[in-house]
Amino acid sequence: MKRNKAKITWQAQCMGVLLAGPYLVGVAAFLVLPLGMSLYYSFCHYNMLQPPLWVGWMNYRHLLHDHVFWRSLENTLIYAAISLPFTLSLSVLLAVLLNQPLKSQALYRTIIFLPCLVPMVASALIWQWLFNSDVGLIDYLLRGPLHLAGGALAWLTQLFGAAPSTVATLRNLQPPVWLGDPHWAMAAIILMSFWGVGQTVVIFLAGLQDIPKDLYEAAQMDGIGAIGRFVHVTLPLLSPVIFFNLIMGIIGTWQIFDVPYVMTGGGPGHSTTFYTMYLFDNAFNYLRMGPASAMAWIQLLIILFFTAIAFLTAKKWVHYA
Amino acid sequence: MKLPQRLLVHALLLLAGVAYLGPFVWMVSTSLKKETQAVQMPPQWIPHPVQWNNYVKAFTGNSGQSQQLVAADGAHRTAKIAVNPPALDMSLYARNTLIIALLATLGTVLSSSLVAYSLAKMEWRGRNVVFGIALASMMVPFPVLMVPLYRIFREVGWIGTNLPLWVPAFFGAPFFIFLLRQFYLTIPKELSEAAIMDGCTHFGIWWRIMLPLTRPALAVVGLFSFMGSWNNFLGPLVYLTHQSTFTLPLALQFYQSRSGGTTYNLLMAASVIVIMPILILFFLAQKTFVRGIATTGLK
Repeated sequence: MKRNKAKITWQAQCMGVLLAGPYLVGVAAFLVLPLGMSLYYSFCHYNMLQPPLWVGWMNYRHLLHDHVFWRSLENTLIYAAISLPFTLSLSVLLAVLLNQPLKSQALYRTIIFLPCLVPMVASALIWQWLFNSDVGLIDYLLRGPLHLAGGALAWLTQLFGAAPSTVATLRNLQPPVWLGDPHWAMAAIILMSFWGVGQTVVIFLAGLQDIPKDLYEAAQMDGIGAIGRFVHVTLPLLSPVIFFNLIMGIIGTWQIFDVPYVMTGGGPGHSTTFYTMYLFDNAFNYLRMGPASAMAWIQLLIILFFTAIAFLTAKKWVHYA
Repeated sequence: MKLPQRLLVHALLLLAGVAYLGPFVWMVSTSLKKETQAVQMPPQWIPHPVQWNNYVKAFTGNSGQSQQLVAADGAHRTAKIAVNPPALDMSLYARNTLIIALLATLGTVLSSSLVAYSLAKMEWRGRNVVFGIALASMMVPFPVLMVPLYRIFREVGWIGTNLPLWVPAFFGAPFFIFLLRQFYLTIPKELSEAAIMDGCTHFGIWWRIMLPLTRPALAVVGLFSFMGSWNNFLGPLVYLTHQSTFTLPLALQFYQSRSGGTTYNLLMAASVIVIMPILILFFLAQKTFVRGIATTGLK
C-alpha cells in the first residue's frame, strides 16, 4: 500500500515536471543562462568578434567616468520625476471623470484608451509630426496665444521700464523648436507621455469601482461636498492602486526605448538619451558588450530595488481587498 | 449630479476627448493629403483633393517620381524618393509581422496554459519554487538580457531570421503563466479528480477540460501577446538584419530615418496601416481587453 502510494507520487512528480517542462527549459535557456553570461561579460572586454577577455571591474569603473552614462541616468530620472506625478494625477482625474454615470461614458473611455493600442513607433511618428517646428500642428496652435501673451507682457514690461531688447523678445515670442532644442526635446517626450495614460486610467477605474458606494452616501449625508468626498474617500481608498501604478511606472521608465529612439535618436546633444538607449548603443553600435552588460546589471539592481520597496511596503497599502 | 457639476464634467471630458482623439484625426488627415498640402500653413483639416493614392503608394512600395522635400530648416529641395529612401512595401512587412505575431500568440497560449495547469492542478515537489522563479523573472526586462540573447541566437545561426521573435514564446511567458494559474485555481478540484477516475491523463484534462473552460482567460492572453508581438520594436531591431524580413514597426522607423522624416503624408498613411489591425482587434474584443487590463492591474 505504502509502496503503491510512493509510486503514484513518483509518477505524479514526473508528469508535473513534464507538463511544466516548457517553462523549465525556457527559464534555463532564456533567463538563467543569459543572466549568467551577462554577469560574466560585465567583467570582460568583449566585442562579439573575439572571445571575451576578463578585465575585472574595469567596465564598471569606466561607466563611472562616462558622462553619457551619467547623462542617460539623469535623463531617465528627470523623466520619471516629472512625467510620473503628472501622468498619475491626470489618470486619477480622468478615471474619476470616466466613472461618472453619463450616456457618453463608454465612448469617452474608448477614446482615452485608444492611444495605448498604437505601436510606440507609430505614436512617436505622429508626435514627431505634431511637434514639427515649421509646419507642426502644435506650433500652429501655440502661435496665436503666444503672440497675444507676448504682446501683453511686452506692454507691461515696457510700462515698468524694461530694456528694449527684453520688450522686443517678448513681442516676438515664438513657440519652441521642441525636438530640435536640447531644453525642449525632453519636455516634448514628457508631454507625449500624457497621451498614453489609458492603461493606467483603466486600472484606476477598476480601483474606483471597488470603493463601496455607501461610503460616498454616508459622506454626502454628513454634508461633505464633491471635493471633500474626493479627498477623504476616493484618494485614501485608491492609494494602493496609485502606489501600484507608481511602482510600475518607475520600473517602466528604465525600459523606455522606442519613443526617444524614433523621435529624437537621443538628441539633440544627448538631451533625450534614455538609459536603455545608451545600453543599446554600447552593445550594437559601438560593440562594447562589456559596458553594455554592466549597464544591464545596474539596471537589474535598480529595478529589483524598486520592486523590493513595493513588496516590503505592500502590507501597509494592501489593507483591504 | 447637479447641473453645474454635470456641465463641468461634460466640458472636461469633451476637452480630454478632443486632446486624445486629435492626434488620430491629424494623422488620418495628413495621410490623405498631397505632400504640398501636408506642409501648408495655416494647416487644413480637410484634405483636398483626397489622396487615396498615398495608401496605394505605402502599401505597394511604389513611391513614384521625384518629390519636393522640405528640410528641417525649411529650405526646399528636390530629391528622388524612389532611389533613396527605399520602397515602403507595407504588404510584405504586414505579412512578416502577422506570421511572427500568430506564431508567438499560439506558442504563448499553449505553453503558458500547460505550465499554469501543472503549477495549479498537479502535485509535485518544487512547483512552488518554479512559481516563485516565474514571479521573480517578470522583473527582468528584455534590455537586460539583450546582449547574451543575441550571442545565444547567433551561436545557433538565428540572427537575421524571425525565429528569436517567436520560438521563445513556446517556452512559456511568466506573466501569462501567473495569470492563468490564478484562473485554474478557481476551477474546482472535483472536476479533474472525476476525470482521472475516468482514466483521463493530466494532459487530457488540460486539453479537453481546462482549455475550453478558460476560454475567456485564454482570449486575454492571446490578445495581449498578439498585441505585444505586433507592436514590438526593440526585438526586431536587434534580431532582424535584412530589409525583406522587417516587421511593420521596424519598417516604419527604417523608412522614416531614410527619408529624413519629411514625407509625412506617406509616413502617416503607413502608420494608419500599422495601427488599423490592432484597432479592429480592439473593437472586436473590447470587453476582453478591458477586463484583461483591469485584472493585470489589481492582481
